[in-house]
Amino acid sequence: MRGRAEAHELIAPGSLSAVLELLAGAPGEWTPIAGGTELMVAHAAGRLAATKLVSLWGIPDLRFIESKPESIIIGAGTTFRDLRMDRNIATELPMLARASTWIGAIANQNRATLGGNLVNGSPAADSSPALLVYDAEVEMISLRGKRRIPYAEFHTGYKRNLMAPDELLLAVHVPRRFAHHRQYLRKVGTRRAMAISKVALAGTAKVEDGVVREIRLAAASLAAFPARLYRSEDAVCGRNLTPDIVKAARNALLAEVVPIDDIRSTAEYRRCVGANLLEEFLNELRIQGPAQ
Amino acid sequence: MSTEFSSIDFLINGEKRSVRVPPMKRLLDVLREDLHLTGAKEGCGEGECGSCSVRLNGELVNSCLVPALQAQGARIQTVEGLALDGELHPLQQAFLHCGGAQCGICTPGMLMAATHLLANNPHPSMAEIREGLAGNLCRCTGFTRIFESVISAAAQSGEERHAR
Repeated sequence: MRGRAEAHELIAPGSLSAVLELLAGAPGEWTPIAGGTELMVAHAAGRLAATKLVSLWGIPDLRFIESKPESIIIGAGTTFRDLRMDRNIATELPMLARASTWIGAIANQNRATLGGNLVNGSPAADSSPALLVYDAEVEMISLRGKRRIPYAEFHTGYKRNLMAPDELLLAVHVPRRFAHHRQYLRKVGTRRAMAISKVALAGTAKVEDGVVREIRLAAASLAAFPARLYRSEDAVCGRNLTPDIVKAARNALLAEVVPIDDIRSTAEYRRCVGANLLEEFLNELRIQGPAQ
Repeated sequence: MSTEFSSIDFLINGEKRSVRVPPMKRLLDVLREDLHLTGAKEGCGEGECGSCSVRLNGELVNSCLVPALQAQGARIQTVEGLALDGELHPLQQAFLHCGGAQCGICTPGMLMAATHLLANNPHPSMAEIREGLAGNLCRCTGFTRIFESVISAAAQSGEERHAR
């Protein structure tokens, strides 16, 4: 069934403070909509449950990229095109720049926002694996104030997160120190453009004299939400990357991921490809030795 | 339940227009039903096919994914705004000349995506053309003639730039 425009209210208060007041006045009643690349699809198909929507599009306080000495702060309303065009992101957070090119095509990147991608919380979200291995933090805001938590703690279940009904996602803080880490990001989908991922894996690592000093791994589509792979990290951290350790890491990944069968792929395929991607990253670390 | 209509003003193809529509009405439907600009087509209705592409404040967007209210005060360019005084835009000429249009459903979107590409990058490489049109699906041409049309228009625009 097609959606009816008349069945939904949409208002555009125009400022962050006005939106926060609206949310505080009736917590849970209003659904924020930014670029619409997710909610408008549901709307057209008659699947949009929200009857009252509040527009975040065009609010300047949500759309910015600010480079501080220690971190790059990205407003939740920043589009993926904005991310692709930013020089600091291209040079210091190259995986985020690359993931931004995966978000549909140009017309989608012009509208889709980083905050929308995270709040929507698809298990396959393109920007999530990179942000997880960059140790990003998310900042939320309401009339009660602001709070910041590690992004790795943000998702709590399938399309569920830690935000309260009166909160908005304000910004994502990404530390700059990973510019000196080895980085890995790969998405496996049906085709290169415009395809939602079957599996994606991201990694950052610091290797000294053949020993993995620090490593962070994260995956999309291997669980109900994008998540760090802590046990796989533990299997290699502090170790020499021998073939046995690579194998142990593969086994750790296979033991900790919980993918599902769905329209895009099967759990078995996802497990297998996830382990292969991890092995590819570890082999890159092993062969190229210490970096920077 | 029904909602209040909103008055929305925009500049469409250089002309001031005003409509009263439900704020969640899709821009695509406003263009087609309220303004009778039927160039933009609905293919998939979910932002995957690009046949509803228009430019909104200079940005390429899928008009099926834009609620009307978010176009308040915007400058919108549709395929109807490409030809000037009855003279086809160089891209339209190139699509005709190179066989870039067959059934025509994707063509308005292709033209808008190509217009957007050349506005930002007057001499794109083949890889850039492919990326610029990656969100626009065509089931007839196999894409090659569309890419050739864009190359041809880009080559021409070096000589006689369309003033707009």
